[in-house]
Amino acid sequence: MASVGSVEPGARSELTVVEDAVCTFCGCVCDDIDLTVENNHITQAQRACVLGKAWFLNHAIDDRPSCLIDGQPAGLEDGYQRAAEILTGGKYPIVYGLSDSPCEAQRVAVSIVDWIDGTIDTTTSVCHGPSGMAFQGVGEVTCTLGEVANRGDFIMFWGSNPAESHPRHFTKYSLMPKGMFVPNGRKDRTCVIVDVRKTKSAKAADIFLQIKPRKDFEALWTLRALAKGIELDARQVESETGIELSVWQDLMDRMKAAKFGVIFFGMGLTMTRGKHANSEALLALTRDLNAYTRFTAKPNRGHGNVTGADNVVAWRTGYPFGVNHNRGYPRFNPGEYTTSDTLARGEADCGMMIACDPMANFSQPAREHLASIPYIALDSKETPTTRAATVAFTVATYGINAPGTVYRMDDVPIPLRPAFKSPHPSDFEVLSNIETRVKAIRGVRS
Amino acid sequence: MTKDLIKISQGTLYDPANGVDGEVRDLWIQGGRIIAAPSDPATKPARTIEAEGLVVMPGGIDMHCHIAGPKVNVARKMRPEEKRKAEVISRTDVTHSGTLGSVPSTFATGYKYAGMGYTTAFDAAIPPLGARHAHEEFDDTPCLDKGFYVLMGNNHYVMQSIQQNEPKKLKAFIAWLLTAAKGFAPKLVNPGGVEVWKHRQAGNVSGLDTEVDHFGVTPRQIVSQVAQSAQELGLPHPVHIHCNNLGMPGNWETTLETMRALEGRRGHLTHIQFHSYGGGEGDENTFNSKVVPLADYVNSHPNVTIDVGQVLFGETTSMTGDGPLGYFLSNIYGGKWFSSDTEMEAGCGITPIKYKNKSLVHALQWAIGLEWYLLVDDPWRVVMSTDHPNGGSFLAYPQIIRFLMDRTYRQDVLKTCHPLVGRRSTLADLHREYTLNEIAIITRAGPARILGLTNKGHLGPGADADITIYTPHENKEIMFELPRLVIKSGEVIVEQGEVRDSRIGKTLHVAPAYDVDAEADIQEWFEKYYSIRWRNYPVDPSYMHQPELIGSPNHGN
Amino acid sequence: MTEMFILIPGRTSDQGCGISEGKFQEKYQKQITSLQVAPGDMERLALAEGDWVRLTTEFGQQVEVAVTAAKKDELPEGLLFIAYGDISSRLMGGDTHGSGMPTSKGIDVELEVLRSETA
Repeated sequence: MASVGSVEPGARSELTVVEDAVCTFCGCVCDDIDLTVENNHITQAQRACVLGKAWFLNHAIDDRPSCLIDGQPAGLEDGYQRAAEILTGGKYPIVYGLSDSPCEAQRVAVSIVDWIDGTIDTTTSVCHGPSGMAFQGVGEVTCTLGEVANRGDFIMFWGSNPAESHPRHFTKYSLMPKGMFVPNGRKDRTCVIVDVRKTKSAKAADIFLQIKPRKDFEALWTLRALAKGIELDARQVESETGIELSVWQDLMDRMKAAKFGVIFFGMGLTMTRGKHANSEALLALTRDLNAYTRFTAKPNRGHGNVTGADNVVAWRTGYPFGVNHNRGYPRFNPGEYTTSDTLARGEADCGMMIACDPMANFSQPAREHLASIPYIALDSKETPTTRAATVAFTVATYGINAPGTVYRMDDVPIPLRPAFKSPHPSDFEVLSNIETRVKAIRGVRS
Repeated sequence: MTKDLIKISQGTLYDPANGVDGEVRDLWIQGGRIIAAPSDPATKPARTIEAEGLVVMPGGIDMHCHIAGPKVNVARKMRPEEKRKAEVISRTDVTHSGTLGSVPSTFATGYKYAGMGYTTAFDAAIPPLGARHAHEEFDDTPCLDKGFYVLMGNNHYVMQSIQQNEPKKLKAFIAWLLTAAKGFAPKLVNPGGVEVWKHRQAGNVSGLDTEVDHFGVTPRQIVSQVAQSAQELGLPHPVHIHCNNLGMPGNWETTLETMRALEGRRGHLTHIQFHSYGGGEGDENTFNSKVVPLADYVNSHPNVTIDVGQVLFGETTSMTGDGPLGYFLSNIYGGKWFSSDTEMEAGCGITPIKYKNKSLVHALQWAIGLEWYLLVDDPWRVVMSTDHPNGGSFLAYPQIIRFLMDRTYRQDVLKTCHPLVGRRSTLADLHREYTLNEIAIITRAGPARILGLTNKGHLGPGADADITIYTPHENKEIMFELPRLVIKSGEVIVEQGEVRDSRIGKTLHVAPAYDVDAEADIQEWFEKYYSIRWRNYPVDPSYMHQPELIGSPNHGN
Repeated sequence: MTEMFILIPGRTSDQGCGISEGKFQEKYQKQITSLQVAPGDMERLALAEGDWVRLTTEFGQQVEVAVTAAKKDELPEGLLFIAYGDISSRLMGGDTHGSGMPTSKGIDVELEVLRSETA
């Protein structure tokens, strides 16, 4: 376990400053935040955006018990044992979440799943899981965010609203930076935003295209056709996409004229009918454009370490999410082993929800089934999921109280610099203790 | 009885580094290392491993493979289709489950290497920005000691230092970067060419003397000056080079020029099979082997070492730090394609490929690889590799050994290939067969020496007790694919293919001394262009599992 | 009176902040329980700020929710917006069509004006 930047709590009333701390609220994972800490409370988070400030300033220590069993305060040891019994007691155990845990904890979670022949899935399945599937179909041409800052002269956002979801995206990475080959910053870049509504991000665009809802696939294939010089029926294009063909043609001309284009895309594509076919169209368009110039694409990932979860699950099992071990080895099938499905179909009979809130975010049939089975929840805050859990652990917040590693949306791993200690255990500690007990029950000697 | 003392009794030892070629001897182990035989003949070991009639060698060393880090993991994510039909790796009471295919999961990688008698492996291409990721995967890759090479052939600071004629800065930067990444050796991948790829559609350099966009330096300058700095730093493995123009007909001249650019300094040319082609203009009809003139150069220049990058027939995944190569290959094969450009540092390309024996190009690639093993006179300077998974899986090593030790088998396979291979290469005329001693050199003693690993690749006192015991068999593929016992750091980890102990293994790294005053300039450059903070860049030592520093320690920092 | 709309649930800045401030706090709850309607649609349906409507999906999921006018031209007529949360989750179907992802944006809903019937 990496222990980078673990910080001893300062003496009471002492003021400490943690420089270059890491905000894990969204996939931007800004690592330039200066935190002022007074009495185990963050009083300032310099350079943090509105979401980052809310993240840092509202994570004082929660005075809930570290462990609740059936809603009643319980000792941690009892919680670990009960958790291990639940996980080893079912026929179809599922472990889900992980996108707000450091990699060190994610690795333990995947180990537990292996020992219990369970199913591991992450919140990727309900954000960019479809993009992961599209990637398996066509691949991806991409780059790190520093390449965008240094080279990107044509920046497009499709079905993504960074002004509200990733507030420092424009200033830190994609539009404003004065980069090596775009020395004038914003002036050297063209920004295009495509969405079904005029989001707060649209203000940042040189060109805003409001397409018809649920017509992303048609719009992207229009561009694919234009990239290859295929003639299209102007009336059909306009009636399908809501945008005139000449506007699409102008856009394609600009894309081909760019030196280094970047398309960021969001859940406007993945959550809308078409899902992975939408993402696949966008990734294929990006690939096509490399026959004319350099073009890259990147999903704007939401949670602070959802990218780490993809990586950890992939390196340990070979598959990125929705991985079933019921036969003693990993199998992958989105739609079959993904959590929305195993719950809504009533298949899972016990589970562990790590740093996620399915009781708020999942469909009604999925929620109803989850409420009916024994499960464990780990979260630093009280949520609908922790409230309905059989065993609920209040954990130290990663990046604020707990150390570890997180992966930015472009797969760049960054070490956390926690600001002060929590009386609650980290999810790494909770999971490690559960794993020890699971191994004892299952006779594992590794 | 002496606690933790082990005796391997009466095995037939192949220990070429110590001049032992098939002699029956006892081998003593204590504290994870090989020790001299106790002087008191009455000394009784705690455990005796009877090895009479068995072959004993040092543990295998793979000096060039892709097993961890950003691009390997992308390839895992990208290729679910091949895993579902591959052999399954089930969990046991001592091991994790995993998946195979051309890019195995971390645990599966460790178990399969160890199961084949390999105990050390080096990942060949890690962008320093992803170094932390590689270390995290290493920590989940059991049974192996591991290290990685750090991509720097397209690093902006490297090119800028050369452009500004600042060799001191270059030298300090290389040392700083290796230390920050906790890496093992400098790696050049298509030096300069990847930067050009970032500037232009299908961009690349065309040879050693093409100027790189914006930086105005040439691949020749990058090769010679990085080799010079690495020599001055006294690195155990100075520079590991993936030449320009990989896979292109006519690229043998680029390869020859790269060897010349070393100007007598030590340098290792990797997966040289992919760089030994005659012909040109992309015309398949002119594609042919140029191993003979290149091997002549290697034979007469002891500063140059190579590994082969053998191609095997079948499906695999191409993965490379060579961005423009990935684009080229994806256009040839037409399959899915991944490319990623890493700021200031590197590129990456991944695409599925399938080598077919009836394809002239593929069959020639297979033959060219074997020519290399057979035409380099000194086995200490040629190392077995498939450039896993690029030429094929590391699991093909036992088959390659059979190709080298059994010319009848080799010729039989050649007969199944495209008929023109015989005319476009010399393989049909090569009758050399490797001995077990030579196999021990190209799979363990040689790579250990080339890497500067004094405790590995031999069975003398002080060596790490990484030992493989084989059951002799007429069919060398059978002999080498299923060792009787594999010992890692003095513990039996595998018995007849079954993993008994899934320890993680050491991280091998370097930390050369450098002038710390040079950091200010590096920091100024870094803060201007990188998207992460300077202090969040270096990998903390806690990421390394059982770190072992190779070479002189870092006095400068 | 009912009319078909397309509902787009999504992230808002206040909803994101609300996650950190606490999901049982008023700010978050208010965000996830306010349905944004285009000003033109508000006018046409004679809806006032705070009026209640009932949304029904083709699979029968049903919610009742208070409306608020979307800002300026953020939302075209015919589209509804709500911040991710309990209400939007209630309207998702359980089926993921083999993808793992329920259709969570671009949901067809029938809107029924309740107005003064609900407090």
